[in-house]
Amino acid sequence: MTVRIKEWPGTALSSKDFETGRVLTVHHKPKAEYRWDAGVAIGRYLRELKEGRLIARRCNACGRILLPPRMFCEECFVPTSEWVFVKDTGTVNTFSICHVRWDMVRLKDPQLPAVINVDGASPGMGILHLLGEVRPEDVRVGMRVQAVWKSPEEREGAITDIKYWKPI
Amino acid sequence: MPERVAIVGVGYSDVRSTTPGLSYKEMMYEAAVRAYADAGVNPRKDVDSFICVSEDFWEGTSIFDEYVPDQLGGALRPVHTVTGDGIHALACAAMLIRTGRARIVVVEGHSKHSDIRTPHHIHNFAFDPIYHRPLGAHPYHLAGLEMNRFLHVSGNTREQCALVVRKNLTNALLNPRAVYGAEVSLEDVLGAPPAFTPLGELDIARPADGGFVMVVAAESVVDDLAGEPVWITGYGWCTGASAVDSRQWGEAVYARLAAEQAYRMAGITNPFQDLDFAEIDDSFSYKELEHLEALRLCRPGEAGTLLEEGVTLPSGEFPVNVSGGSLGVGHLLEATGLHRVYEVVLQLRGQAGPIQLAEVERGLAQSWRNLPTTTGCVIILERS
Repeated sequence: MTVRIKEWPGTALSSKDFETGRVLTVHHKPKAEYRWDAGVAIGRYLRELKEGRLIARRCNACGRILLPPRMFCEECFVPTSEWVFVKDTGTVNTFSICHVRWDMVRLKDPQLPAVINVDGASPGMGILHLLGEVRPEDVRVGMRVQAVWKSPEEREGAITDIKYWKPI
Repeated sequence: MPERVAIVGVGYSDVRSTTPGLSYKEMMYEAAVRAYADAGVNPRKDVDSFICVSEDFWEGTSIFDEYVPDQLGGALRPVHTVTGDGIHALACAAMLIRTGRARIVVVEGHSKHSDIRTPHHIHNFAFDPIYHRPLGAHPYHLAGLEMNRFLHVSGNTREQCALVVRKNLTNALLNPRAVYGAEVSLEDVLGAPPAFTPLGELDIARPADGGFVMVVAAESVVDDLAGEPVWITGYGWCTGASAVDSRQWGEAVYARLAAEQAYRMAGITNPFQDLDFAEIDDSFSYKELEHLEALRLCRPGEAGTLLEEGVTLPSGEFPVNVSGGSLGVGHLLEATGLHRVYEVVLQLRGQAGPIQLAEVERGLAQSWRNLPTTTGCVIILERS
């Protein structure tokens, strides 16, 4: 049907029309800045990352070891009971091969975000992070991985203190 | 006839100017644990639905709804968010129960204002982007405009607004939940640095952190629960024209219409006689006077006189903001209405400690959604 239409109704606009003010718009760039208090649980989690360690909380009601740590168990709705260090090794739960950056630039070396079930934490508990030292086509669900840490001097108490997780 | 609905449990996380030790999730958990203990409910088994009030821009997270269930015991349960004041959410909870869809509903609201580094810019973001924001004035200029017109139209005075500040800051001295209690003189308020004249620096409520959780229940289950019920007998809400160039300056029409809905529902014909006390919006000093008149607690132009005669003092015939209001307690963003309801519930239960009023049976809480809005909500609460 559309092939029969030679000339579409309406006014054609190009980006130039906007730039030159032929079409009027209003521009506003919001200034939205925050500084979130990490709190008791995540505050300790970040401090331990700086030490090169992963820490979790145990709920004595259900016995689960919760990672990232929280001061309450969302299942039992009771305060969690104690701090537990977990390992910096784990198993890939799921992953994606990202060929496109957030600004739609195509990547030669894809980013490899993955959910990793961490050893020592309860099943299904772990960390969402990045994979490295692995070819995208070699990544598998169930792959064993280990954290690659920044040097102690570089670590600042942030999730990026782990550079990525590599296969072991 | 739909079921009657009561607030059966209340809890809060300490109101403070900053809360560096706790995340907002931990604050919410603290308030929730207290509310559930008060009501005697287990959120994992007994609660049919959870309602939160939050604004994504204050939180700094889009679709903030997603981050609320865990710390309320609402994981994998019906949860939704209302981008309104806490009293809007209480009305939703009551309606959810009255439809028969739920028997027990939890309502939550919090402020983690201290996490926001550019609060005035976030506030500005609520203004019309095309014909208002580009003028570049601080968002509180709207309060200056509103105050000036209100004083002009109503005949109330600048000095009477200063009296509101003195009353509420003094009231706050006795309230353990209040952050900004202080002894101030009329001269202190009038002599404070001018801010958005006629509004001075002390006429503006300062922000605070804090969280509130309430358990709302149907009459059929109230007797099975531990919490002492306070009945929700009326509610209403209203939004006026948003246009700043043509809105009805000088009168809080939204509050008048919201109150009319609530009064009709609760069978109130003469609010001053039928109610015993009120916690109402005082985000800026003049708002308490403007809202008193809109709520028909006095005739237009008489709010200031009421205050001068001591009627709205804690010892007066009709105490207003015994808690210290937002000026004395601190402004709690969307949780502000829930704080006011919390104070009313404690008063009606006789649990308000050092600020307890004698012989109160029926109270009102009212909120305004702050600048630049013309949105308000009203709730009526009763002991029996």
